[in-house]
Amino acid sequence: MPSENRPPLALTISAIAGLLFLHLPIALIFLYAFTTDERTYQFPPPGLTTQWFAVAWNRADVWPPLYLSLRVAAISTVMALILGTLCAAAMARSRFFGRDQISLLIILPIALPGIITGMSLRSAFAIMEIPFSTWTIVLGHATFCIVIVYNNAVARFRRLSGSIIEASLDLGANGFQTFRHVLLPNLGSALLAGGMLAFALSFDEVIVTTFTAGQQSTLPIWMLNELVRPRQRPVTNVVAIVVFVTTFVPILIAYYLTRGGSEIAGGGK
Amino acid sequence: MINAVEFANVSRHFGSVRAVDGVDLSITEGSFFAMLGPSGSGKTTCLRLISGFEKPSGGMIRIFGQDVSMIPPNRRNVNTVFQDYALFPHMNVRDNVAYGLMVKGVDKRTRYGKADELLALVKLDSYGARKPGELSGGQRQRVALARALVNEPRVLLLDEPLGALDLKLREAMQDELKALQRRLGITFVFVTHDQGEALSMADTVAVFNEGRIAQIGTPAEIYDRPRTHFVADFVGSSNVLSPDMARSFGAPARWASLRPEAVHIVESNARARGTVTALRYIGAGTRVILAVPGGEITAFVGKGLKVPEQGAEVGLSWDDTVLHVMEEG
Repeated sequence: MPSENRPPLALTISAIAGLLFLHLPIALIFLYAFTTDERTYQFPPPGLTTQWFAVAWNRADVWPPLYLSLRVAAISTVMALILGTLCAAAMARSRFFGRDQISLLIILPIALPGIITGMSLRSAFAIMEIPFSTWTIVLGHATFCIVIVYNNAVARFRRLSGSIIEASLDLGANGFQTFRHVLLPNLGSALLAGGMLAFALSFDEVIVTTFTAGQQSTLPIWMLNELVRPRQRPVTNVVAIVVFVTTFVPILIAYYLTRGGSEIAGGGK
Repeated sequence: MINAVEFANVSRHFGSVRAVDGVDLSITEGSFFAMLGPSGSGKTTCLRLISGFEKPSGGMIRIFGQDVSMIPPNRRNVNTVFQDYALFPHMNVRDNVAYGLMVKGVDKRTRYGKADELLALVKLDSYGARKPGELSGGQRQRVALARALVNEPRVLLLDEPLGALDLKLREAMQDELKALQRRLGITFVFVTHDQGEALSMADTVAVFNEGRIAQIGTPAEIYDRPRTHFVADFVGSSNVLSPDMARSFGAPARWASLRPEAVHIVESNARARGTVTALRYIGAGTRVILAVPGGEITAFVGKGLKVPEQGAEVGLSWDDTVLHVMEEG
């Protein structure tokens, strides 16, 4: 009887209401990027215009934070890809004393509230007298980017039969050939997915960044500051759309790459 | 004559575990050699010592006379058919088979030609474009075999290759493997825990127990004249007689073995008398389990012969030559 499979009407309505509650604000952000009102966000908007895209494009103060965010995200992602993969390889392929404890330590940064990570890094930088720079931001972001890549890679390693590496060696391949022809093709999509997630997370990270950035502003921090000022408000919304696209598209691609596996671990940071 | 593989007092210890402990063996070139034993007996470790994935803790391994202690797995002229087949999941069947040639830098046409040739050999001609995930267990097993043969190894190692197949397929593959080995003339070293498989396929069988070789010999030698209690127990469902029982049957007071099919149920001239405690019909005949003074004896009664009833007391007889006195307990 098909009717038994139909959920009750009340449940359907409340589910739709819940989804709307979660996603309408995002639509509002998009809407206000086109409003003609530059001081308050009044609803409905008095008029619609696309002028803010041009204004945003011509505002000199938008570009340095954007470049900084892209640079930090790119460097953190590359670092995470290398270190996270190596970590995963060590954890998946060998057994040693304290392995489970080390595995927990690697995952800890993602479980730790960002504010704790930020505070501890800031005090560590102060003690070691490291001046704030792009690299201190990168270090902060790498702490959780590595975990994302690690989680993706370790899940894939676990699924791979350990003996395919032995089979490759047995057939005469050297270590490099085995990595290139057997390991990389099998890890590839997991690494791509992990890298994209890491990039997206780094790109919109605020909390750790506020503690490790010093005088520089990444794009999300610039936006936070901009919201307080009552001038040209829709510019912030235009930038928000840019942030949304640069983070949402990679996450979407990562999701489709690893569909069917429980591999998008730590996506909730 | 140079042996294909030679172990001289080879050991492999993992901490305090002696996985392989002082093994000596030599495998004749072109033979079908089976390593038989229960799990944990060291047979797989021995195989991995030949392929190079394990290094001996002591002793020396020679492959065709050459000491291989310094030669890594990828430079040994030995290939392996892995227990789980270990096919590369991202490559199609043809690329899997051609892999060994690809990493050597053989050009595409030559290596695909050779791959197709081997796929024909294992009767998978039309499967080249498929992915391993689209094949059945038996087909994967053949691909693994073809892939391991592409480099024309002088020794082929097979690690329980039939373990994952169902009974009917396993029997068919046994015949095929044996035929393939004859045709190619390559030395096959085959690890198994299935005594039937070892006896039916191998020229020589080494029975492993606790890291050591309990007995090495032809299948007939292993089956008819087990050297130890363990071999007799493991290789066949043989009657193992205690020294006391052996003496009561007129043999020396040592452990002895007696094959069930050599025990006849007779009316007169009985060597012993026993009471039937159980009957087990196994298709080709019936196994009759009898209580005798000092223990238990199983007799095999073939089709068409009279099967005694449960609880009946019957006479037992056998030829002098079939009661085999073992060297060790």
